[in-house]
Amino acid sequence: MIIPHPLLGPRDSQEFTYLGDASLIERPDWQADNAVDQFHDYLYLRDNPAGAHRELWFHEQGDRSWLVVTRDTVTHEIISAELARDVAKAKGRSK
Amino acid sequence: MRYSGFRVLKEALTGHKGWKPAWRDPAPKPHYDIVVIGGGGHGLATAYYLAKVFGKANVAVLEKGWIGGGNVGRNTTIVRSNYLLDGNEPFYEFSMKLWEGLEQDFNFNAMISQRGVLNLCHTDAQRDAFRRRGNAMRLNGVDAELLDTEGVRRMAPFLNFESARFPIKGGLLQPRGGTVRHDAVAWGYARGADERGVDILQNCEVTGFRIENGVCKGVETTRGFIGAGTVGVAVAGSSGRVMAKAGMRLPIESHVLQAFVSEGLKPLLPGVITYGAGHFYVSQSDKGGLVFGGDIDGYNSYAQRGNLPVVEDVCEGGMSLMPMIGRAKLLRMWGGIMDMSMDGSPIIDRTDVEGLYFNGGWCYGGFKATPASGWAFAHLLATGTSHETATAYRFDRFRKGLMIDEKGVGAQPNLH
Repeated sequence: MIIPHPLLGPRDSQEFTYLGDASLIERPDWQADNAVDQFHDYLYLRDNPAGAHRELWFHEQGDRSWLVVTRDTVTHEIISAELARDVAKAKGRSK
Repeated sequence: MRYSGFRVLKEALTGHKGWKPAWRDPAPKPHYDIVVIGGGGHGLATAYYLAKVFGKANVAVLEKGWIGGGNVGRNTTIVRSNYLLDGNEPFYEFSMKLWEGLEQDFNFNAMISQRGVLNLCHTDAQRDAFRRRGNAMRLNGVDAELLDTEGVRRMAPFLNFESARFPIKGGLLQPRGGTVRHDAVAWGYARGADERGVDILQNCEVTGFRIENGVCKGVETTRGFIGAGTVGVAVAGSSGRVMAKAGMRLPIESHVLQAFVSEGLKPLLPGVITYGAGHFYVSQSDKGGLVFGGDIDGYNSYAQRGNLPVVEDVCEGGMSLMPMIGRAKLLRMWGGIMDMSMDGSPIIDRTDVEGLYFNGGWCYGGFKATPASGWAFAHLLATGTSHETATAYRFDRFRKGLMIDEKGVGAQPNLH
């Protein structure tokens, strides 16, 4: 699989390590009343779709940036890749 | 007698026109007491034990393709019960005991061969961990033997003992472990279940659940609605997809695991051998091919094929352990979809929907568990209570902190 890195261009997926569903960016609020439930769902439950899947890849053997890659889990086709930093900023997660 | 030497001879002379299918191809009935979704090893075993042990005959198995076409036909056929933790070991030993009596039980030749499973260790720390695991096994009444380097050399003199980086320091042997002809397991269970009145419905894909006021009334399928008193889901890699139709999210990710077979070689390996410094496990089939595998590819996948980096990684492991196989040609390779759970252990439990039960999260250890999984799931479906060896396989263990984490790597499915 070739991942189209937004800064470095096409890179072999072997240079990356895989974390999982991109929903892991959305860490719950630990002060919420139902924080226990929220953290249970955040940590353990997954949508696990067959088809387009947004997921976190870390460019460990490269520029050490986190990417959000959209990939089809049925065909392994990579649809897009964006910097996780930009995704998190758009969600108001980061400064 | 349906199969005999005489019958083979007679059929050979009459053009093999007298053989009949081993199980029926019935039309779906409008209602069953119990519907099992998934015609793989676990689903068929569940139906078999429901009929045989728990006296339930009004049972259907729904399969979207053909039975035994999923992971029960795509694994490396290894059976063993060499686990460390209390939540696991009695269950897998129950499975091992069922394997030992299986052929007599369902009267089908599954070619069960207890040729031994040998885990190699390469450091002192690893040997300590093996000693601990072997002791835990023995405390659960399971056979385990710790071998030193010479013990391993006597069993498998061809291994790479001289490796400076990963010398073989010994191994943990389970003599009762071994291999099983995997397709025959599906066929044996299917025929046994069918004989006892279970309807095996192939080409019958579940498209939805009919849930009214929190109670599951049946399933919508490509062959129409089928009503059910109780529905059990045992669909391995498709767990996420199927349970999403009931509105559930699972502590499971689907990953692809590849397996490989070499060309046929003369008898070479005494049993199953696993490499402790890389992830590589190998046995030799009765046809002579080396059957081996390694790690999952490591990313979510529903494609029943993997990518080349893992092929290279597995073959490097093989070459590092047994340099002599370097000239053997790879004959076939394939992938199966593993339902990787968050702690590496399975789930056999009821769900929040009344009448809907779930069996999954087998990671890549599902094949060896087939008989016990079927028995325990049948127990749950028939009696509503967990089998005594499967009480730890609950959904709520993640919420309560009662994970069964054999590897101790936490909530990270691609590391189990």
